[in-house]
Amino acid sequence: MAATEKQPITAVGPFNGILTWIDARFPLVSMWKEHLSEYYAPKNFNFWYYFGSLALLVLVLQIFTGIFLTMSYKPDAAQAFASVEFIMREVPWGWLIRYMHSTGASFFFICVYLHMFRAMLYGSYRKPRELLWIFGMFIYLCLMAEAFFGYLLPWGQMSYWGAQVIVNLFDAVPFIGHDLAIWIRGDYVISDATLNRFFAFHVIAIPFVLAGLVAAHVLALHEVGSNNPDGIEIKKNKDPKTGIPLDGIPFHPYYTVKDIFGVSVFLLVFAVILFFAPELGGYFLEYNNFIPADPFKTPQHIAPVWYFTPFYSILRANTINFFWIDAKVWGVIAMGAAVMILFLLPWLDRSPAKSIRYRGPIYKSTLALFVVCFLILGYLGTQGVTEGRTLMAQICTVLYFLFFILMPWYTTIDKCKPEPERVKK
Amino acid sequence: MKKFLVALAFVAPLVAQANEAEIKLESAPIDVRDVASLQAGARTFVNYCLNCHSASLMRYNRLGDLGLSEQQIKDNLMFTADKVGEMMNIGMNKKDAAEWFGAAPPDLSVTARSRGADWLYGYLRGFYRDPSSATGWNNTVFDRVAMPHVLWQLQGERILKEEVVKDAAGKEAKDGHGNVMKIARFETVTPGALSPLEYDTTVRDLVNFMTWMSEPTQVLRKQVGVWVLFFLTLLVALSYALYKEFWKDVH
Repeated sequence: MAATEKQPITAVGPFNGILTWIDARFPLVSMWKEHLSEYYAPKNFNFWYYFGSLALLVLVLQIFTGIFLTMSYKPDAAQAFASVEFIMREVPWGWLIRYMHSTGASFFFICVYLHMFRAMLYGSYRKPRELLWIFGMFIYLCLMAEAFFGYLLPWGQMSYWGAQVIVNLFDAVPFIGHDLAIWIRGDYVISDATLNRFFAFHVIAIPFVLAGLVAAHVLALHEVGSNNPDGIEIKKNKDPKTGIPLDGIPFHPYYTVKDIFGVSVFLLVFAVILFFAPELGGYFLEYNNFIPADPFKTPQHIAPVWYFTPFYSILRANTINFFWIDAKVWGVIAMGAAVMILFLLPWLDRSPAKSIRYRGPIYKSTLALFVVCFLILGYLGTQGVTEGRTLMAQICTVLYFLFFILMPWYTTIDKCKPEPERVKK
Repeated sequence: MKKFLVALAFVAPLVAQANEAEIKLESAPIDVRDVASLQAGARTFVNYCLNCHSASLMRYNRLGDLGLSEQQIKDNLMFTADKVGEMMNIGMNKKDAAEWFGAAPPDLSVTARSRGADWLYGYLRGFYRDPSSATGWNNTVFDRVAMPHVLWQLQGERILKEEVVKDAAGKEAKDGHGNVMKIARFETVTPGALSPLEYDTTVRDLVNFMTWMSEPTQVLRKQVGVWVLFFLTLLVALSYALYKEFWKDVH
């Protein structure tokens, strides 16, 4: 639209002039309307719908605190550990910035896991939101990479040996594995070269991709519109005169104001941990990571941070050499598949109803079982290996995969209730 | 009775290579807000630890947080540096140290965060005479540790005495697995300069100091936290009222 065709802005008093000037040169008003004041979201969002905006908040928090950490951190094997402690001790309020970043990392995963679980509860990945789900999955992959690269930076024992274990997994790739692992590390062991490249990935490469994916995720959401706890399309019932969905309300101010409340509660919980238990009993900051990295001393028990433990359990659960292929290779394949299978969710689910509210007892039970397995796997990943625990992990791994593999079958035979025409309060 | 002082006893099959994790540790009675205890701990630390161990992430004048003036720090606590702005480093070379002790003594700046106060409290009170080890000392918490008992003049020399537990009938008691139950007790051979209670207090202060040193901002962190929670509680209340006000017209 040419500048002359736009209406001048009259609604914002002293800023009318400047906004008219900008709007003539940039689609400010139309963007504001499309994404906020005239983006109609279902009015029945519940507790589970807070975590998308909260994840975005944590992303911003991580980027801001990260910038300040970068100002004092030294990506150098000889100085990294001490530079983190320098931030904790000598940089004014450095401890606050660092704890915000370390607590934020865990909370990012808490938000994203709950956000993903919400999608599984209400079928938010179903048509027409498949691409939205796929963008979200890519965000999740980026987040895992970001967390993995970032965890090496404090250069403690767990940083070092955790990275060693994960990079060694690439050794399992047939034929090229060994060279591939060396290429990733830039050395034969995790070293200064590895630390420098992980730093580069952590502070620019991955965050850059992450930000782009988040933009794509939000754009895709606004294209198809939000799902809701009833799993029905509010666009099917529009006001014939205005064309506005009858069950929709403008995102701004209704959901902005609701999300501000969500943010306040979130910050309260965040602050309790940040100020009173930043290590959270070794789950958010592992105790062994306060020992500087020592390439000659392998810790007795290497455990990843809690958000990776379900997949770590799946990795360790494979102890049998099938088809003359090493158990380790199967472990890596299973771990990769456990994440990747989530991409297929929109096509595995054949249920006539989207939301758990109208689904039958089979999906309700399988989803509950899936959550239990995921939590057990997560717990087992924090513990050392015993025979009983390995068996438990194997059972849970099988159930984890069966949840997805059998989904096309059990979602079709499930007895669903009819979906309502309009959303319920 | 003084000879039979039980500082630490555990009823378990006492194997020579007792796993570190199996030891049940006493809870260390520390309080990082107790400035007098921290000052006493700092004194013990610079006198006994800061010769072989460094605390290279800790600046001397940070001890000012414990209510000490720069002059007091210089006069009483600074043996390894010239200026109060320097870090708590030591003169001993890591390579030499590794040769002399078998392993270089680790830097102690953040040890309390990796080991925990309870471990340190048990460890520093767990030394006993063991002629079979290289240093002549062993430890109940860290078996065959390379470090000798640096505080032995304070605590005195002790040995670990193993006894078979007798049941009511005077027979050897057995545990659930059918093993003979044994109990190990410390027995003081040569008393030290301090009474056992005074020694425990000295170690308590030292562990308290090391815990404080591992995160000197921890007291401030909690103080700030209280204010932040207060503010956020108000914010929750206000934002809830705002949300309810706006949503009145949504049906």
